[in-house]
Amino acid sequence: MAPLDLSSIAGSISWYLIFLLIGVAFGAVLEMSGFGDSRKLAAQFFLKDMTVLKVMFTAIIVAAVLISASSALGLLDMSKVWVNPTYLLPGVAGGLIMGVGFIIGGFCPGTSLVAASTLKLDGVAFVGGVGLGTLLFSETAGLLGDARHATDMGRFTLDELFHIPLGVTVLLLVALALIMFYGAELAERYFGRGEKIDRKALLPSRKPYIAAAAAVLGISIVFAFIGQPSSIDRWESIARASGVSLQHRDPYIHPAEVVEWRQDISVYTRIIDVRSEGDFNNFHLAGAMHVSLSSLANKEFVKALKNVPDNTLTFVVSNTEEYATAAWKALVGGGLKNAYIIEGGINKWLSLYPPDLCIAKPLSSRAPGKEEMAFIFEQSVGENCYASHPEALYKERPIECDTKQQREHRAHEGAQTVRSVPFDENQKFSFTRKVKMQKKKKTGGGCG
Amino acid sequence: MTNPREARAYINPYLGGTLLGVVLFGAFYITGNGIGASGAINRIMVAILELFAPQHVDRVGYLAQMGGGTSFSLESTGVAMLLGTLLGGFVSGMVNRRVKVELRKGPQISPAMRIGAALLGGLIMGYGARLARGCTSGQALSGGAVLSVGSFAFMFSIFIGAYALAYFFRKLWN
Repeated sequence: MAPLDLSSIAGSISWYLIFLLIGVAFGAVLEMSGFGDSRKLAAQFFLKDMTVLKVMFTAIIVAAVLISASSALGLLDMSKVWVNPTYLLPGVAGGLIMGVGFIIGGFCPGTSLVAASTLKLDGVAFVGGVGLGTLLFSETAGLLGDARHATDMGRFTLDELFHIPLGVTVLLLVALALIMFYGAELAERYFGRGEKIDRKALLPSRKPYIAAAAAVLGISIVFAFIGQPSSIDRWESIARASGVSLQHRDPYIHPAEVVEWRQDISVYTRIIDVRSEGDFNNFHLAGAMHVSLSSLANKEFVKALKNVPDNTLTFVVSNTEEYATAAWKALVGGGLKNAYIIEGGINKWLSLYPPDLCIAKPLSSRAPGKEEMAFIFEQSVGENCYASHPEALYKERPIECDTKQQREHRAHEGAQTVRSVPFDENQKFSFTRKVKMQKKKKTGGGCG
Repeated sequence: MTNPREARAYINPYLGGTLLGVVLFGAFYITGNGIGASGAINRIMVAILELFAPQHVDRVGYLAQMGGGTSFSLESTGVAMLLGTLLGGFVSGMVNRRVKVELRKGPQISPAMRIGAALLGGLIMGYGARLARGCTSGQALSGGAVLSVGSFAFMFSIFIGAYALAYFFRKLWN
């Protein structure tokens, strides 16, 4: 699935060649559209020649429709597509400054390259100016200090801003662009060619334009309806692409391996617990994060859970595996890396690291129901229990139930009677290690 | 014009825009990134600076990010793209007979003024582009295609800035 994984050829000649060829296509199309001519570019700002607006916005809506369409069809993974982080204030300030530069110089960096390539002297001068301008910025960036990073909103897209689906956002953008084109055509007529605008001129008349506009609008309506893939859909294509199989139990990790990872200080191990609040309060792993299963239906919440350092290892847990697996699918579908499920859930965890009998007794009268805890907790211990943090490497497992009565009992009978099972410090569980930490692929921006 | 080797006409802007949109889409599809220009120009400047004052490059944070220490600033996909842009522009210019040493300027100003304005405009643009973390190709087009809020805000700012000052600089062009 696109974007293509080019990591195998990263840094090689073929990799640079790809970017070179993209540049060739870019430069050629700009030149063909007349962007090598500063007079044509500047005429935009006197409403005489609206080529810049037409080309730019046509390019944006065509690309946006193609991107959202291929994402809707499962051909492109949007989460892997680079979206420039939004730094609102620097972006607006820089934009206003660039507007001034545009009207004075008659180019923007990309178009000046095209002009320079066709030996336009003003283009060459402009490129030189851009070079100096970037140097000026580099030298003075320190003066700006933190202001450069003000209003960092991260990856923030229009659909997220207005809380509407991606397909609908693209549709509205297309409609807006078509309206702007209509205005641009009228502006060119009036300001550019000095023609009078009568009633007849207000009606769109050029058939190819009407047909093209209808086609783009139609396509975006179709894809607004088809919608973007849900987390579950995404999970399925991600799983297929990465070869993860639930049937082969790939993401299910033995509790003892989880305990090992909790001891590894180079990795931040995170536990996401999707059980009920009651169960969570009764017992949970030390440091576990309680997340309700229903909240994972919210895309923005899932996105927030993705916002963790690259060395974060996430284990999803429920009482058995059912809820955890559903939650895991939502997280992986949302793009979370290095996520696994604790095999057997809390019930298996407690069977391997059993709490003292005074805290919890195994459910013996019947089998536990669906996603029911297999231990009855006499007290709600939360994470204040040995089983919450077996990684603590006690030399001798602490006795947790230490009432006066039990102390007396122990003195007579011996420590083992308060335990549900005899504790063996050397007990090693046999399991196969499965977790492989994936490094995040470094994606850069389009500029710099 | 009676020149038999006349330049060909420019293509229809909507067609040009569509082609550009396809190129943009292709870039995202193949590489996951869009296109850009100002970053590469910045890197070339750093490379030039490296020849004269490498210690300076190491010491100024913004420069060091691109070319400090042992890293080679020209070794970047952006620079490859810039070279391609120059090549593509040139090839199209040749095919369309538009490669010509000339100066495009408004009728009311001298060539020297035009060169000066181009230098000044470029200087302002270069500064603004680094502040905004991209230029129209990188921020506006690529960011717009993926619906980045910052890119649209940036785009409108450019248009506002230019339109607001157009009246004052009308003599440069008309």
